[in-house]
This record gives sequence, C-alpha cells and structure tokens, in this order.
Amino acid sequence: MLSRMAVLLTGNEAVARGAWEAGVTAAFGYPGTPSTEILENLAHFKDDVYLEWSPNEKVAFEAACGASYAGVRTIVTMKHIGLNVAADPLMTLSYVGSEGGMLLCVSDDPGQHSSQNEQDSRHYARFAKMPVLEPADSGEALAYMRYGFEISERFHVPVMIRLTTRVSHSRSLVATGERTAPNKPGFERNPSRFCPLPVWGREMRKQVEVRLAALGKEAEKSPLNRIEWNDRSLGIVAEGLAYNYVKEVFPEASVLKLGWAWPYPDALIHEFAAGVQKLIIIEENEDILEEHVRAMGLVCSGRDLVSGVGELSVQKMISLKNALAAVQANGDSSSAKTALPAPFPEAADLPARPPVLCPGCPHRGLFFTLGKHDVLVTGDIGCYSLAVFPPLSRTDTILCMGGGFSVAQGIDKAGEKKRVVGVVGDSTFFHSGITGLIDVVYNKGRSVLVVLDNRTTAMTGHQDHPGTGVTLMGEKTTAVSIEEVGRACGMKHVATVNPYNLAETEAAVSEALASDEPSLIVARAPCPLRTRSMVGKRRVIDTEKCKACQACVKLGCPAIEAPEKGKPPHISEELCIGCGLCVQVCKFGAITEAAK
Amino acid sequence: MSDTTVKTAKTSVQQTTANSGVTNVLLVGVGGQGVLLVSSIIAQAAILSGSDVKANEVHGMAQRGGSVLAQVRFGPKVYSPLVWEGTVDVLLSLEKAEAVRYAHYLKPNGLAVVSTQEIVPVTVSSGKAVYPADANTRLKRICPNLVMVDAEGIAHRLGNVKAANVVVLGAAASAIPSLAPYWQKALELCVPAKYQELNIRAFQAGGECIK
Repeated sequence: MLSRMAVLLTGNEAVARGAWEAGVTAAFGYPGTPSTEILENLAHFKDDVYLEWSPNEKVAFEAACGASYAGVRTIVTMKHIGLNVAADPLMTLSYVGSEGGMLLCVSDDPGQHSSQNEQDSRHYARFAKMPVLEPADSGEALAYMRYGFEISERFHVPVMIRLTTRVSHSRSLVATGERTAPNKPGFERNPSRFCPLPVWGREMRKQVEVRLAALGKEAEKSPLNRIEWNDRSLGIVAEGLAYNYVKEVFPEASVLKLGWAWPYPDALIHEFAAGVQKLIIIEENEDILEEHVRAMGLVCSGRDLVSGVGELSVQKMISLKNALAAVQANGDSSSAKTALPAPFPEAADLPARPPVLCPGCPHRGLFFTLGKHDVLVTGDIGCYSLAVFPPLSRTDTILCMGGGFSVAQGIDKAGEKKRVVGVVGDSTFFHSGITGLIDVVYNKGRSVLVVLDNRTTAMTGHQDHPGTGVTLMGEKTTAVSIEEVGRACGMKHVATVNPYNLAETEAAVSEALASDEPSLIVARAPCPLRTRSMVGKRRVIDTEKCKACQACVKLGCPAIEAPEKGKPPHISEELCIGCGLCVQVCKFGAITEAAK
Repeated sequence: MSDTTVKTAKTSVQQTTANSGVTNVLLVGVGGQGVLLVSSIIAQAAILSGSDVKANEVHGMAQRGGSVLAQVRFGPKVYSPLVWEGTVDVLLSLEKAEAVRYAHYLKPNGLAVVSTQEIVPVTVSSGKAVYPADANTRLKRICPNLVMVDAEGIAHRLGNVKAANVVVLGAAASAIPSLAPYWQKALELCVPAKYQELNIRAFQAGGECIK
C-alpha cells in the first residue's frame, strides 16, 4: 500500500528505500562514486537491515551470495569499476543461481565525473546472462527494487539494477510505501545446488540457457517496457535515463521505453519497428541495444548519429534533431545548425577551478617530501590522486585500486634505474593493496611502499573501513593494524610517520631509499574534513620578514594566496586550519601562529 | 559600486520556458558556499506548489574545492534532471567569476542574480591564471538582466556571513512569482531550527535588494 506521500529523493536514496520496502535484511558494498549513498541511506534502517562496508567489492559480492543462499533478500552495491573486482564470483553465481532475492546495484559514471573510465556495466550482465533493470529516475529506482526481487526469486537469478551518475545523484519525486515482511533465513544443505564442481556445473551451464530464454519471455510482458505511440514517422527506442532526454527533445515521436534492458523483449521491439517509418536507438555509453536490434535484422540508426563517448544529454538529442532535419532538407547532415549557445568569449580566460587537495590535507606533507627525491611515484585511486597536479606534481602513474603497489613492483623489476615509491590510501590498502605488498616482499622487490592513512575513505565522503575500528552499523570493532599486517606479510622495515612533520617524514623516506630492501611507511594523520577540527593554530605571514620567495606557495595549499608575483603571499583566515607545513618550509621565520 | 546592489534592465522573468511550462534554475558557486542548501530550498518550494520537480548536484571528486553546480527544474511534468544552454530562467551565482562561466546557460531574457563575492582559485595563487579584474563589466555585457548583490556584506551585517547564499536566493525569488506563497514553509523545512530566523531575515534582505 502506497502512502502517497511524494518525497524528493536521489536515485541512491530511492534504491535504499526500495530495498528496505522490499524486505531486504542484508546489504553489502564498497564505497565508490556514484554508488556510495545507497548503503549510507540504507543505514537509516539499521534496526531492520544488517549492513557492512566490505573490504572490497569481491568480498561484498561473495557475502551477498551467502546471504542469498541463506534465503534472505540482499543487495550488493558498487561503482562500475568495482564490478571488475567482483566479476569472479558474479560469473559463477550466474551458474549456481541465487536463493533469496539478490540485486546487484551498480552505478556507472558516463562522462567520468569521478572515475578513471566509463565502462558500461551492461556488458557484465550480458556476459553473466543475468537480467538488467535500468530505471530512468528515482521513482522508477524505488519501484524496480521490489520488481527486481520478485524476478530474482522466481528465476533464481541475481538481477542487475543499472544506475548512472545522473540517476544516482538526481532528485525526483517518489511515492513511498510500506515494508514487506522479510524472508526467514534458513540454509538448506544441497551440494549439487550450491557446489559447481564440473559434474554439477555442466548441468548448471545448460540451465543458464533455459533460464535466459524464460527471462526473455518474461521481458516481453514486463510492465517496465512500454510503447508510447505518437507520430509514427519517427520511432525511438530509449533505454533507462535516455528516455527522459528523448521525451524532452522529441515529444512528438513514438517511443519504446525499455526499463528491462537485458534480455531484450524481441517481439515488442519487432512490433514497434514495424509501426514506425524510421527507427533510432538511444542508449547511454555502449551500443549494446543497437547491436542487438541490428542482429534481429532490423534497420536502425543510433551510434552513427549520437556519440557514445561521454554522457548522454539533452544537448546530444538537440544535435540529433538538427541532424535529422538537415538530412530531410538536404540529404545530408553536414548543413545541420549548431545547436546551443557556447560560453561567452568573456569566459575564455577565466581561471580554472580544478579539484585540489584541501587546506591542511595530511597527504600534502608526504608528496612534498617525495618531491625532494629523484624517484618515480606510482599512485592509486583516492583524494591523493590529486597530487598529480602542479605544484606538487608528484604522481607518475595511476591505474586502479591497489595498483599503486603492484605497478611499483613491475617498474622496479623491469630494471628501471630510479627507485619507485608506491602510494596507496588506507581504505585502498585493505581493498587490494595487501596482495601487492606481499608480491613486493615475496618476489624480493625493493620499492618503498607508502600507506597514506587518513583514517577514512575520504574521496567518497568519509566511510569507515577495516582500519578505523567502527562499522557501517556504527558499532565499535577491532581496528586492523596496517603496520602489523605489513610485518605479518614479512615486511622487515616498517615505519610510522606524522606527515605534518616534514623532518620526520623526510627521515623515514631517506632511510627507506637508502636500503636495498623493501619498506613500508605508514603516513598517519586523520582527514581534517572528517574530524571537522583545526590541526593547529591558524597561521599568518609577517610581511616584514617575508622575502616573497614563494616556498610556501609550492605546497599547493588553497589557503595560501599569492595573487601577485614578487609580493608576500597571504594566508586565508577562513581556509587555514593550522597544519603548519608552511611554517616548516619558510626559511625566514616569516610564518607564525595567529594571535587569535 | 554601491554597497548593496547594482541593477540593470528589468528584474522579472517569465516563469516558464517557451514550450514545456518548465522553470529552469541554475545555481553555481564554489564548494562550501552553500549552493546545495539553496537548491534544496527551491526544490522544496516547488514541491509545495504542487509541481513535478527534478534536481541535480555534483558529488565526488568535483567537490574538492572545484566549481559547484546545482540545478532545479519544475513544472507540470519534468523529464530531464539537467538544464541546458540557452534555457535557464534564473541563474543564481554565489561567486562572480562563476557567473561569467555559466552565463550562456541563460535564456535571452533570463535573470542573473550574482553575489559580488570573489573567491580566488588555487590556479591564481600559484600564478597559473589571473582572476578577471573586470568581472563586473563582463557580466553587465553578457547578462542584460542582471542583479548584483553584496550578499556577503548583507549576511555579515545580519550576523553570519554563511547566510550569503540565502540572501542571493531572496533576491532571485522575486523572479519566480509562482513560488511566492511557499518560500517561508520551504525555509522552515530545509534550514535547521537554530538558523531559521537568520535565514528568513537573509531571504528578506535579499528580496529588498531588487525593490
């Protein structure tokens, strides 16, 4: 029963609410923009739902499999790139099948707002032969959760809820409802059901195809797919969020809206195609639907007119409309008019506002120190990836979670003369840095491995992790020690430094580089953005003593403003949080603690 | 410049876009200025008016000291959660240079309400770029329907400089007459109790700027 109370929710809030309403009792995930807020919002229902931040997406996915095997409804959340980490259990769970309803809520990031790539998760769904539901807004996100659980339990299959940045982070009106009574847990022992040894796995393999065919039939009658007949000279098949952009720009066209995105409803697509003169496919990212429609033997347009690079937008739909009009008028699209106003010439020379390490960020001291040494730095995924930018300019490679350690080993073993420093964050260390550390120790590497331990998963908005001593449920727990993990893995040289102390940090880095054996340095200071406190007393520059040498400006601290060369910089009263790094780099004693 | 406002042209806009009956509002500023609170208040007022509403804001990496962008669309039926160039009815900017950056999103007679505050980015501090000294002139040239508000100064006089965002909202509110009955309630719903009186005064002070 709907309470009919319309509330404005983000897609992620709606997914959390939908999960709770559908009777979820177990939820797992690893933070990753744009998916993070799903579990954070579900945590409001922690009296009804067990939740955890798992160390990584693979662990989260496997734990969710276990919860499903035990018969309860469960979700597992991650960003698109995290699904690569969880791909191993995903591929085989597809054979084994779920028991309690299981939804994989994955949020893609078309346009790479906060990601290193824009891979399309639907590829994984097709790969694993699992259904995909693709909501277009928050209202659909909430409704699709309950529907997804029903499909999952009827067909014993995990279902992907594919979100994108604009669905996850846009707010729209949602009608909320009551919570369904949850399933009672109870694992029924049945090895041939849960153990895909080859003898049973081969039978499961056959059943995957039977299930896929049955899912295809179900998609044909799914209420998530519908035809909106209108002017039949143009028919557009629009999947997920694409529907909203299509309706905005082509209100006159006939539309086949697809909310159930894989396996596709072939009969419905044939019916729609037969009813329109020109068929266009609009989907975000890859041309998976279009490829399928072409394989059905239908003639259509899509990727030839709308690029799949970057996010889909109203702007792209307006360009498409102009191109279609030009083709109609002149036979080709080259005469299409430019669609929309460009930035004014007055905006051409505006100063850029790139994301930067915050004032007082503890990472700054470590990267500033590395800048004094002729080393290569292999970085990783987190706030500290911002150290790649000037003036710090102290990261040479970024690949993936955990890659900071393993890429260092590869460069070192390739025979590179320069020493390599591998840098990962604390949450990243637990995610997938430990195996890289073991590789360096076991295979006799000599890299200096640094964990930037700011006591939180900062970039995604400050989530706890195995090292913080607090769970997602808000309970105190064992804090796993990075130093002890390092020692247990055989690392002989382990140092802990305060990155706000440049002399201490320099001593540890120099000592590590002097040795031919590998080292682990834990640079530990909590993220001030999370603790919401000053690190020390606010600092000021004495313009009498300052020689305008710009040494403090080279720290890249946003609080140090130097609008004019050759004049003393100024420390912003609002931004400075008193980390004191600038005091340590000033050779003239010109920076002191503020009077108040 | 006067210490409160600079006005040019007319200060009221049509409340709807040409063909869809949807009002588009774009909010820009720098992380930490309270762009998201203003966006929530506008969205809440639109809900109270019985409109369909969609809103969007930036998350993640872009929040670390970068430009912050939020948008609200409301009307009988809203599809896209995002506005696009040349269609914005009201642009609220909490920072001067950011208004120049996004002015092309305004429709031809759209209203720009701009705080006179300047926030110097790190690219300027490190000597890589220059903050435009003539930002006011540029704005007057590209926004025929412009209101500049010393929101920071007004908020400071009200006792809390952080209320500058709601001063700008108060000035922009007059351009959205359909929401006039709902601002008070929306402020009550979106602002924590202990800051409510301050923000209601900030909203009213902003409104004074365009009378």
